[in-house]
Amino acid sequence: MDLTSINPILLVASIMISATPILLAAIGEMVVEKAGVLNLGVEGMMITGAVVGFATAVSTGSPALGFAAAALASAVLSLSFGVLTQILMSNQVATGLGLTLVGLGLSALIGKPYEGMKSPTLPKLDIPVLGDIPLLGRMLFSHDAMVYLSLLLVLAVWATLKYTRAGLILRAVGESHDAAHALGYKVIRIRMTAIFFGGACAGLGGAYLSLVRVPQWTEGMTAGAGWIALAIVVFASWRAERVLIGAYLFGGVTVLQLNLQAAGAKVPVEILSMSPYLITILVLVVISARGAHGAPASLGRPFHASS
Amino acid sequence: MIRMERRAQPSRVWTALTPVLAVMLTMVVGGIMFALLGKPPLDAIRTIFWDPLFHPQFAAYSRPQLLVKAGPLILIAIGLSLGFRAGIWNIGAEGQYIVGAICGAGMGLAVYPTTSPLIFPAMVLAGAFGGWLWAMIPAFLKVRFGTNEILVSLMLVYVAEALLASASQKLLRNPDGMGFPGSRNFQQYPAAHNGEILANSGLHWGVLAAFVAVIFAYVLLTRHIQGFNIRLTGEAPRAARFSGVSPARIIFLCLGFGGALAGAAGLFEVSGPAGQISIDFNSGYGFTAIIVAFLGRLHPVGILLAGLLMALTYIGGELAQLMLGVPGASIQLFQGMLLFFLLATDVFTNFRVRFGKTEIA
Repeated sequence: MDLTSINPILLVASIMISATPILLAAIGEMVVEKAGVLNLGVEGMMITGAVVGFATAVSTGSPALGFAAAALASAVLSLSFGVLTQILMSNQVATGLGLTLVGLGLSALIGKPYEGMKSPTLPKLDIPVLGDIPLLGRMLFSHDAMVYLSLLLVLAVWATLKYTRAGLILRAVGESHDAAHALGYKVIRIRMTAIFFGGACAGLGGAYLSLVRVPQWTEGMTAGAGWIALAIVVFASWRAERVLIGAYLFGGVTVLQLNLQAAGAKVPVEILSMSPYLITILVLVVISARGAHGAPASLGRPFHASS
Repeated sequence: MIRMERRAQPSRVWTALTPVLAVMLTMVVGGIMFALLGKPPLDAIRTIFWDPLFHPQFAAYSRPQLLVKAGPLILIAIGLSLGFRAGIWNIGAEGQYIVGAICGAGMGLAVYPTTSPLIFPAMVLAGAFGGWLWAMIPAFLKVRFGTNEILVSLMLVYVAEALLASASQKLLRNPDGMGFPGSRNFQQYPAAHNGEILANSGLHWGVLAAFVAVIFAYVLLTRHIQGFNIRLTGEAPRAARFSGVSPARIIFLCLGFGGALAGAAGLFEVSGPAGQISIDFNSGYGFTAIIVAFLGRLHPVGILLAGLLMALTYIGGELAQLMLGVPGASIQLFQGMLLFFLLATDVFTNFRVRFGKTEIA
């Protein structure tokens, strides 16, 4: 095989692109889990975002509108999860799975007429001075707006959770909803807000897949990205900066295996294409073997004010 | 003011009533969805739920299909329900189903074209073993390292799909197939073919196995100590541990059962209705079975009924596609909605809804 055919500049740039959808979905899910809610429907929300974003961008010609519509659609879809688990007290694991199944069906239904179409894609923003640095400029500072937005979002989530009152309340709800309730915080309202935010992030991630990364609509195109985002939250021990590391590591693995396939590596193609999933399992095992990993104490537990 | 009051005991009436209510709600909302798609809603609902059984022209074809589709769904859902009862979330049944099919089919193809009556039973065992092995991965990782079984079992679905693609193109490809992907067709290999036991009934060995599994699970859960341990682990994990139930044993038992049944279901499907290992022989039964398990209230008899109902939506969905041009994906959405409404109406099982002013304690 010919490793010299892999261009390091393009490699780093494409790692950033392939990591962005998972990063967006994972940072949203992390906020949801910090509030003590386990939403397993990330895959369903992502794919809904992907199809709504694609359809909107194709019919309006504006990718920005596509992203906005995707975020809104997935957030509204996630509210159905919120109503079921928070108000109707359904099982979070089952409801999250249901959300994924609904999302997959819904997206296939909406997306049928859009198969094989091309969408307008986001323009690359060349950041003036930084973009002119040789090598690094092309690698890091010549991307579309969503890549930078996702990084800003991680920063914002990190700062909010660490330094603001709102972040403290969110964490309190996730650690002990009974204590938070006793202090007078509206547990259900706070959790609903977190779920809504998580849905919007997953929608943005999905739209990034269909509008920038691929850019096309095919049925089931997320191919487990939402589940990997869930795994990255575990990997990150529920910390924003580690979510960033996890998503970029994962993006690296994905791009590297694609590059190796293209370069004609001796490793069989099927091994390469299953490698992202195998590595996710491996990482989960290593993380869980380490023992205590900082999950919010009320994660996945139902809350009812009477009990 | 509407208030919800937790019931001391889940209501038995509502436990039985919620699936019915969920089906009715799905029909109403599904009807609205069909109307939005520009299809006559009442016709669509009738085509899905009534015509497969009673249409003078199509029923003769679609009635046997009911058992063909329900068989694997019930078989997988029974295995899953044991785990769900114990709070063990095996959602990778699709992967276990695929690996079971590959192992079982590989077993049969390895001895092609011998004609021994032992071949088919050996294939079933190999299939169940393959599914069991695939489920042992999340089980072992959970017991040894405490790794989350939801994520591991799901990741293994994608690994299994890559294996399936490889098997149908390389290892198990039909040597006489002129280079096309896909294995030999079991319908032309009588010793390994999972044919109908009674002509035109749809009853093949897998359906029979599903019925046996229902009875077996019923006895296990109501009459056997391990079944009691499974229920205890799910309802009161601490009590289970204090009374000496080993969590590791329950994890191995539940995931192992689920995997073996899913693997056997895969083999029955690939050697019967599907006919050959091909890249897309698996029709997502492993995921639909999750809906079946919940719709059947995780109870063996309930799962039997739920499996038949879900099979009906598959066949009715195909019929509606044919007759009314309803998009195929809408059936998938329909099934997802069913699970959603079931979970939503389940609130009545555990809570009492009270109207009136909140009393001050």
